Amino acid sequence: MNTAKKIIKNPSASLKLFFSLIFLLILTLLLATYFGSEKLSFFDLSESDKAILFDIRLPRILLGASVGASLALAGASLQSLLRNPLAEPYLLGVSNGAALGTMLAFVFFAQFEFARPVMAFAGASLATFVVYQMAKSRAGMSVERLVLSGVIVTTLLSSIIVLLTSLLDAAKLRSFTFWLLGDLSQSTWNGFYLSFGAVVIGTVVLLMNARALNLMMIGERDAFDFGVEVNKTRLAVFATSSLLVGTAVAASGSVGYVGLIIPHIVRLAIGSDNRLVIPFSAIAGAIFVVSADTVARVAIAPRELPVGAITALIGAPMFIYLLRRS
Amino acid sequence: MLEVQNITIGYGVCEVVKDISFTLRSGEILAIVGANGAGKTTLLKSLNSTLPLMKGLILLDEKPLGNYSRREIARKITVIAQENETKFPIKVLDFILSGRFAHGGNFGWETEKDLRIALNSLEICDLKSYENRMMNQLSGGERQRVILARALATEANILLLDEPTTNLDLAHQALMFRLVKERCKGCESSAIIITHDLNLASEFADEILLLKCGQMIAKGTPEQVLTIENLQEIFDIGVLLDRHPASGKPRITMDFEKFKV
Repeated sequence: MNTAKKIIKNPSASLKLFFSLIFLLILTLLLATYFGSEKLSFFDLSESDKAILFDIRLPRILLGASVGASLALAGASLQSLLRNPLAEPYLLGVSNGAALGTMLAFVFFAQFEFARPVMAFAGASLATFVVYQMAKSRAGMSVERLVLSGVIVTTLLSSIIVLLTSLLDAAKLRSFTFWLLGDLSQSTWNGFYLSFGAVVIGTVVLLMNARALNLMMIGERDAFDFGVEVNKTRLAVFATSSLLVGTAVAASGSVGYVGLIIPHIVRLAIGSDNRLVIPFSAIAGAIFVVSADTVARVAIAPRELPVGAITALIGAPMFIYLLRRS
Repeated sequence: MLEVQNITIGYGVCEVVKDISFTLRSGEILAIVGANGAGKTTLLKSLNSTLPLMKGLILLDEKPLGNYSRREIARKITVIAQENETKFPIKVLDFILSGRFAHGGNFGWETEKDLRIALNSLEICDLKSYENRMMNQLSGGERQRVILARALATEANILLLDEPTTNLDLAHQALMFRLVKERCKGCESSAIIITHDLNLASEFADEILLLKCGQMIAKGTPEQVLTIENLQEIFDIGVLLDRHPASGKPRITMDFEKFKV
């Protein structure tokens, strides 16, 4: 059984890599705390420094990490489920569904803070359902069909969002435009708690379905034949990704392409076993968004860029590359 | 043991397979033969409850198929279907290990036992040292053998094969033939095979089921079923019938003279 020893998945090697990634995340969080339009010293904080650190910067950085993890988790699981490396919450219109839900909550139920994530979740679920139904055909689901369905749903939702923004006054309009592009500057502790809760639940549910997702990745018919309850898995993944995207978008708008870039890089590094891809994507997504947001804060300080603009600048060329390859 | 009692299967209101009954005892190999569109694959799909029944009942080891969970069915019945495609690069070993899903939990890694069984089934399918190759870099015939190896790795004792030899060369057709036969003799397994190769069915199967437009025309041993009249009715062409020189089983050759008319 020498060959068995050689080729068995080596958990200790993946574990080492996983802990290095967590170490890298902590380092990123610390550096992000340090950098900003106000440089903070880690010692001798003045009162105003403390206020900046605890009320503004920390919730923002932690929310950024949580949003990055959410979007990467949603992307990784949707890709395996739909057998499509281009599936991504932003490109499928799921983020826009959540954005529309958030806006409706903002316009009609502004007094309830928690109406926004709830409506965002509902919007994300609805968009997921519509795109899936449109992309599905008797001959199965081609890569192109899914992407096109995503484009249709995205543009439809965008136009409704634009109609809604015309109801807003000019002062709100600018912050909304930023938020739509993905913006972490409005971060609150409550937003972080909610998003982090979703990440914890999402990671657990997805890990429970990771083996089944490995089979779904090969083919739906195959997965069914070899013992996967396909409908149950699909429902679990759709609900989880909607929850993740909903809470992320309610807190920070549509940060695009994270769900595309991160799982792809993770798969290149460690292969496509979802039991590894899912936790690795969560950590790598957190690192990516916190870094991108730090650039967004620092690049043209004291003014800021929306973090979604940075992720899209990196993600769009990658999308073209993946599309050409598939 | 699989007992099929008067089943009717269809899509929507359209009945594709009508009122079919048969029993598959352990150790038996049953071949399903018929023209394109006769409902062979539909029938096979219903046997592991991929397709719901409109009428009738299927008993697996004396219990209705509907009483089993997906995992339980997958541990008892396995499928060797035609080509599948995946967009993600996957290693041959991971592909084979997916056949062990029904034996494990939702969470966790494959055990040493899973791995041993997977490597063994690679070896018996003439795929030794293929474990780290990528599925998308294999030839059609190699992929088909990997699909067979995965099915064998499930240790299920009912094998459903849907045209398993289409991409295989002669030697590997014989290998698949031998492997399924061995499995059926050795560990109380049985198999149902869809094939267009009448001579293969004749050599390979204990019984043959002839299907025409969703209905069972004949069922019995190759000698009983493979008659000129039956074949003429199903395929609407002339055939020559004689005996295989070695095995004595019926041998079918197309009669091209009659075909022209």
